[in-house]
Amino acid sequence: MTAAWLGPATLFGLCGAALVGIGLFVVITHPGLLRRIVGFNLLGAGIFLVFGAVARRGAGAGFEGDPVPQAMVITGIVVAFSATALAVALLQRLFDLTGRETLEAQPEHLPRSEP
Amino acid sequence: MTPLAAAPAHVATPGGFLLVLAVMLPVVAVLAMLALGPRQTARIALTTLATGLGVAIAIVVELLRTGAALTYVVGGWQPPLGLALRADGLSVAMLAMTALVVAAIGFFAHAQHGLEPTTRHGRAPTTFWILLMAVWSALNAIFVGEDLFNLYVALELLTFAAVPLVCLDGRAETVAAALRYLMFALLGSLLYLLGTALLYGSFGTLDIGLLSEASAEGPGFSVALALMIAGLLAKAALFPLHLWLPPAHAGAPAAASAVLSALVIKAPFFLILRLILDVAPPQAAAYAGQVLAILGAASILFCSVMALKQARLKLMIAYSTVAQIGYLFIVFPLAAGSETLPPWGTIAWTGGALQLVSHALAKAAMFLAAGVIAEAFGHDRISDLGGFGRALPISAAAFGLAGLSLMGIPPSGGFVAKCLLLTAAVIGGHPWLAATILAGGLLAGGYVFRVVDRALATPAIPLAPRKPIPRRLELAALVLALAAVLLGLVPLQPFGFLQLGRPDSLTVIAP
Repeated sequence: MTAAWLGPATLFGLCGAALVGIGLFVVITHPGLLRRIVGFNLLGAGIFLVFGAVARRGAGAGFEGDPVPQAMVITGIVVAFSATALAVALLQRLFDLTGRETLEAQPEHLPRSEP
Repeated sequence: MTPLAAAPAHVATPGGFLLVLAVMLPVVAVLAMLALGPRQTARIALTTLATGLGVAIAIVVELLRTGAALTYVVGGWQPPLGLALRADGLSVAMLAMTALVVAAIGFFAHAQHGLEPTTRHGRAPTTFWILLMAVWSALNAIFVGEDLFNLYVALELLTFAAVPLVCLDGRAETVAAALRYLMFALLGSLLYLLGTALLYGSFGTLDIGLLSEASAEGPGFSVALALMIAGLLAKAALFPLHLWLPPAHAGAPAAASAVLSALVIKAPFFLILRLILDVAPPQAAAYAGQVLAILGAASILFCSVMALKQARLKLMIAYSTVAQIGYLFIVFPLAAGSETLPPWGTIAWTGGALQLVSHALAKAAMFLAAGVIAEAFGHDRISDLGGFGRALPISAAAFGLAGLSLMGIPPSGGFVAKCLLLTAAVIGGHPWLAATILAGGLLAGGYVFRVVDRALATPAIPLAPRKPIPRRLELAALVLALAAVLLGLVPLQPFGFLQLGRPDSLTVIAP
């Protein structure tokens, strides 16, 4: 195993892949919504790491490093923050109304009366 | 690794600024609403609706006048570093359809808010207007976007505006439906983002035009596209990822349901279409098309049967949405094209585009009519609605006319769309798809007639609305339903229009 093979870009890429895997696992298997929201953030962090690895490889332009993916990661972090805030706000509301923090109720269930 | 393109990939056209206007106008309206407070919200919204409709008409006129796609290069920075906005015939058709539907829904919402003067400037109407404008801006950004990361941001903006629309009334059931929607949508957009990262890693550009010129292949490319399409499928609610849609769309207030069902789920489909037509290599596109068509056919059959079984009107319409979305996905193998005929020259492609527009018009009309019914009788249980046609003749007519389009009965846009798809399936040797289209039409007939039968029933005690319903509340649904019908009377116009701005577009091909 040479140093070239396990350079920073490869290491970041592998860590990113691992985080994406952990995040997906949490999102798909856990019924608790707070855990799922954390899972989404792990998944997002993994994707941002992949972007970082891409930047380090200087992909398209043939430069040493590529700044464009970093701009994308910053935008992505803002979007992920907004998504988390929205999800947590909705979850808080659901908890206040029902005392539940899962979506266990049957999906076909619908409100009794119309707005 | 692909070197940077030497020649500029996009050349700005004189009318390109109209695209910026289409995206920015609703954003300006949102900011003005936040700055000027709830009392001015409705006025700002109505002004923006009128102006936005004008901008959409101007874009259509500009496209017809020049006969080429409208392009705008943001800040003069060429891709791959900068962003381009581009609207070809299909994008412009989507922009115009969105403007029309949003305007009709806005008209309905304004009339409905006027029914209760005490809460007219309250929290719910204000929030609705802000979210409606935000949805509109995000939709326009998706229809004109040319950069895949820019499109990711637009998709997220759309999700963040659409999710609160589901739980506008704040009941626990709708909050749960909104959260379920958000979970599916977030997973979808993260998969899309992962695909974007892989694409950028391979090609150093996310511009759709540059990617299609690169005509790349390889396992990394296929994985990236598969991730993006799978993510978009979760947002488009194709079977079996549709579980979030019925509770979300049925629980929302009528005007919000109409926006969600008619417009919001069309955006991810539009992106899948762009990816498969413009980015994917032909072989991968053919394979993806087969898989999508199988899911689409399952969607049509399964969700039409589910729609037949529903006791509640809005839930039935929501299941019908998933079924009708299925038709859009069976377009892919039918519109595969050939050496001499590009996909956008086939009749299936025109059929798919017509299905997209006519479903948006018809479904918005149905949800608005259902909203009037719920407003008038206080419930929407289909079995207890006997004779509602007498009490609300305009809404019943709107529902029936919209139903024509869903069933595919002439004269309607849905008829022309399904007829073209059926013809393409028979000519192309896809008997199972042809059978699915026919079965879907029959099942749609079943669930539409269940409601029409109730409308025409004559119960012993006539059904009386619990409060008077003003005419103008019913008009919006009728206008949309009539538009869906009229679409069937101008069948040959869209053919050439949809091909404008496509590379090497052909002469008009009639069936």
